[in-house]
Amino acid sequence: MPTTASAAHPLTDVTASDSSLRRFLHGLPGVDAVGLEARAASLGTRSIKTTAKAFAIDLAISMVDLTTLEGADTPGKVRALGAKAVRPDPTDRTAPATAAVCVYPDMVAVAKEAVAGSGVKVASVATAFPAGRAALDVKLADVRDAVAAGADEVDMVIDRGAFLAGKYLKVYDEIVAVREACGTAARLKVIFETGELSTYDNIRRASWLGMLAGADFIKTSTGKVAVNATPANTLLMLEAVRDYRAQTGVQVGVKPAGGIRTTKDAIKFLVLVNETVGEDWLDNHWFRFGASSLLNDLLMQRQKLATGRYSGPDYVTVD
Amino acid sequence: MSDRLSVLKTYKLYVGGKFPRSESGRVYEVTDSKGKWLANAPQSSRKDARDAVVAARKAFGGWAGATAYNRGQVLYRVAEMLEGRRAQFVHEVADAEGLSKSKAAEQVAATIDRWVWYAGWTDKIAQVVGGGNPVAGPYFNLSSPEPTGVVAVLAPQESSFLGLVSVLAPVIATGNTAVVIASERSPLPALSLGEVLATSDVPGGVVNVLSGRTAEIATPLASHQDVNAIDLAGADEVLAKELEIAAADNLKRVLRPQPVDDWAATPGIDRLTAFLETKTVWHPTGSLGASGSAY
Repeated sequence: MPTTASAAHPLTDVTASDSSLRRFLHGLPGVDAVGLEARAASLGTRSIKTTAKAFAIDLAISMVDLTTLEGADTPGKVRALGAKAVRPDPTDRTAPATAAVCVYPDMVAVAKEAVAGSGVKVASVATAFPAGRAALDVKLADVRDAVAAGADEVDMVIDRGAFLAGKYLKVYDEIVAVREACGTAARLKVIFETGELSTYDNIRRASWLGMLAGADFIKTSTGKVAVNATPANTLLMLEAVRDYRAQTGVQVGVKPAGGIRTTKDAIKFLVLVNETVGEDWLDNHWFRFGASSLLNDLLMQRQKLATGRYSGPDYVTVD
Repeated sequence: MSDRLSVLKTYKLYVGGKFPRSESGRVYEVTDSKGKWLANAPQSSRKDARDAVVAARKAFGGWAGATAYNRGQVLYRVAEMLEGRRAQFVHEVADAEGLSKSKAAEQVAATIDRWVWYAGWTDKIAQVVGGGNPVAGPYFNLSSPEPTGVVAVLAPQESSFLGLVSVLAPVIATGNTAVVIASERSPLPALSLGEVLATSDVPGGVVNVLSGRTAEIATPLASHQDVNAIDLAGADEVLAKELEIAAADNLKRVLRPQPVDDWAATPGIDRLTAFLETKTVWHPTGSLGASGSAY
């Protein structure tokens, strides 16, 4: 169940005013960019083989938010995606289901029907995704639509314009309002669009801002800009959720999204999770991959491990 | 000048239009026919084979979709480039096969002529093996040859250059893409051919050249689900049998090794047709008039 930041936790007063929030966010320690990238790169060199690899692949499949966010999405395509999420590899029933399907709000009902009874969740992007450039009323209506249609999870985008202009309280209030619109029915993922935040310091500030406002998940990107999830920015966000739990006792999930296409990449991210926040996050309740083509590569690798032969794109679906 | 340090060449693989070292970091020593060290060649692993298949698959659509005339021009361009590097290939072939300079020069000349020969076939093979079929009905019925897809080619072990080109050129002339395993003992001419292909107009990934232990690289290729055909020219009897069994799994088209006495002899079109599929389409001639004829 969604856990909102409790009113009693020690950080309550930092959101009392714009200036106290700014003082808090700018008081966060600066990010050592070189050290961060070196750490992410060195964790990416771990060799994960045989049984560990098989475990990692199954875990990664179970963490995928199978995503289709195209203008050309049809009900048929969403149904096909739902079927794939429930049973990713029809030739091998031991393959786990994915965590969720992720669609636009108007496709939630279709997706909900497609995955009914399977335990696969339906996530919906909302709040004028991907730009987030709309009035708050419009964004909230978007969220309520998605929740009313049955979305189990809502992926909102923050107002990057306001964030970059330093209006942190505006961003905070918006997230809180969306959090309320989600109610208890849906978990809230907050997308920062790290590729547009320019600096690692900003990503750290945004992470804390999102968590203070009650995000259940913090998510790197929309997948619609040039720079999406990278090991470095995901590591930074993992450090933020680790520190946040240490201070407040509230656990927040992380979802890197966009640009993760290969099994090798996915396993690198899992190593980051294990080494930074530990096993508590190695579960699809707390860590997700926002991806579409990643799943096919995971399935091909899974087939390779099972049969000893290299598989090919003819043996997975064309999405 | 006498005390100038020699500049040794680092031979590399040719995969996806690039020149990587083996993913495994391994190399092996290549010697001439008398056992004298010539160079270190990369010893490819199964992961190099996998990467090469990915590159070949990626290149397939563009190459198969190019017009036959265009493919012919590209292949002719390869022959032009080879002509310019004749001296290098004469040297490498002479070392590899223990031939005299003049014999090696003959081999290289025959190899270049072989490229030209296959370059000419690209836009003629369809007329020879395809065409209109007479059928009893108001239809046009047309058969046309289509490339099979990604072809793994085990280059002949003995003829390191002429043999290689004789098996490679027909594969790509018809629009397939190739993953070639160079002769295990003398891979240098094949690796240098990669450099020629990179500087001609052949798109990256159409030809991928791997060197190393033939059996080690061929095994994962034969069982690879995304390889459509395999040419076993460079496999001995035992290996060929093993590979053919592995290849059966996804119904790969298999060309068994055939004894070749003289690679210089005119090859015929057997190797061109080995990796072609025949597509047949029916097309109505239009509604029949009162006279019983559409014309």
